[in-house]
Amino acid sequence: MDKWWTLTVGGIAGGAVYAALGLSLVIIFRATRVVNFAQPALALLSTYLAFTVNQATGTYWLGFAVAILAGGVLGAVSDRLLIRPAREHGELGSVIVTLGLLLVCQAVAGMLWTSEPRSFGYAFDFRGLFSPAGVFAVLAVLATAGGVLALFKFTALGLRMRAAAFAPEAASLVGVRVGLMVTAGSALAAAVGALAGLLAVPPLLYPTVLDGVFVYALTAAVVGGLDNPAGTVVAGFTVGIGLSYVSGYFGPELVTLASLAILVAVLTVRPHGLFGRGLARRV
Amino acid sequence: MSLLTRHALLGLLALAGIVVLTSVVDPYTDVQIATVGYYLVAVAGLTLLTGTNGQISLGHGAFMFIGAYTVALLVIHVPTFPFWADLLLAAAAAGLAGALTGAAAARLHGPYLAGATLALAVGLPAITQRFPDALGGSNGLAFTVQSLPTGLAGTVPQTRWQAWVVWTTALLLLVLLANVVRGRFGRILRAVRDDEVSAALAGIHIGRTKILAFLLSALCGGLAGGLQAFLLGTAAPGSFTLALSLSLLAAMVLGGVGSLWGALWGALALVFVPQWADDLTKALDLGTDVAQHLPIAVFGAVLIAVVLAFPQGIHGGINRSLARLFRKKETHENNP
Repeated sequence: MDKWWTLTVGGIAGGAVYAALGLSLVIIFRATRVVNFAQPALALLSTYLAFTVNQATGTYWLGFAVAILAGGVLGAVSDRLLIRPAREHGELGSVIVTLGLLLVCQAVAGMLWTSEPRSFGYAFDFRGLFSPAGVFAVLAVLATAGGVLALFKFTALGLRMRAAAFAPEAASLVGVRVGLMVTAGSALAAAVGALAGLLAVPPLLYPTVLDGVFVYALTAAVVGGLDNPAGTVVAGFTVGIGLSYVSGYFGPELVTLASLAILVAVLTVRPHGLFGRGLARRV
Repeated sequence: MSLLTRHALLGLLALAGIVVLTSVVDPYTDVQIATVGYYLVAVAGLTLLTGTNGQISLGHGAFMFIGAYTVALLVIHVPTFPFWADLLLAAAAAGLAGALTGAAAARLHGPYLAGATLALAVGLPAITQRFPDALGGSNGLAFTVQSLPTGLAGTVPQTRWQAWVVWTTALLLLVLLANVVRGRFGRILRAVRDDEVSAALAGIHIGRTKILAFLLSALCGGLAGGLQAFLLGTAAPGSFTLALSLSLLAAMVLGGVGSLWGALWGALALVFVPQWADDLTKALDLGTDVAQHLPIAVFGAVLIAVVLAFPQGIHGGINRSLARLFRKKETHENNP
């Protein structure tokens, strides 16, 4: 029972990270209709920048702020330079372009910071069942998710972003600057991704550190529905708890395969995720 | 001349070329030539799946993993098996895994399929940690393959013989694939890729076709992994990373999606880009960190550049310039 409790609490903290990265995938998918496989790589670069700032100044929070900001800039730049032209090359083409960006970012991180694992600290003390670091992760992600949902739902900017994503032509006819809104969405997505990176990386930072996390986040996003932010956050926590049980009772090396099993099982029953809306197919 | 005869003759010609080539170069180049051979098998399988059938796979590194470990386990535990039986079983094991993946994947498309296969590529090599005694943990398995026939011992060096084995297998498979792609099954694969609804209306079983495509493609991946294990005498999880799967994808895209010739250009790139990167970083004195990661950066840039700038890849480019060349000639002949 004690073990079950520890695993559940640990799973919630882990799930916060998957929820954040999954949310970042959902935001960019809603804005561009592209699943951005480079999202974890942008988060990786942001986290490495935080690492450098931490080393140079010795303050955690300055690095934290730099990473979030850098995430936003990277997201906007990658949207303008790559994702936008890639969208014209169909589903397969845009997936391949983002995969290319993933490889380039990971390689650049390796060149600049080497593949040696670097120690990257937690924001707070990480010891204990309800460690301050874990509580911070959960609260930060919940606050971010709440903020993003409120942005989409209640603000004029959010309405414009939704309009630009769902009906670009109609939106531009009523004066929404569609391109700008899409770029804003990408920047927001990458900033949320950077937050996920900062929470996911500790204790060690190396170029492939987010590969596994990305799989779990993708599972969360797909299970929650790629166009459903709230569903994805719920799915992120659920996946986190589920995978924590797998890791605790069956072994940590099976977690990725368990994640694959969840992904396949859910998609087989509901091809657009548990909370996603299916699209009618025009024949 | 039937298609099969023509392809078989081409294959024999290529094999003769390989035998001559391997006989004049040093053992290190022999190994490189053999490496091109097994990459060719993997990329050809991927191009069949993605180019001809329209399904993306980021998990072909996982199928190579299965093939390599099948050969490793067979060599260690059943040393009486001849090496070609090991290779066949490696292909069969990966093909089985491919059929299972295909069955799960048949309902998925685009980014969903990419995500699921990505999970496979990241997750599968981790099972070596699960069974450290049987699979050697993160160090993997090391073994020796005694395949050189006694008649050739002393006259043919080991590496040259290995290059011959790899390329004989690769060319056999390519002849098979070339016929599949040009034949009835190839047309079915393309029909499913282009329009599932029309294909279904024409009486094609969509799910079965996709599973078969995955099976065939994974079989190639497993064979490639088996050949790699045969060549290197090791199988370790560190060789089957996500970067490998994505590099295979890059090689396919660079060569030209859906073209078996393109698979050859891609396989050459997989072997020689890292070498050029190494030479370049040494010449510029950039250090090992850059040298180690430059090939991956190049493959990433290739993925982006090819899709955005010339989606036909190298093979498409060659075809187009050849066509232009011949057209020019014709006009010259017409207007002397």
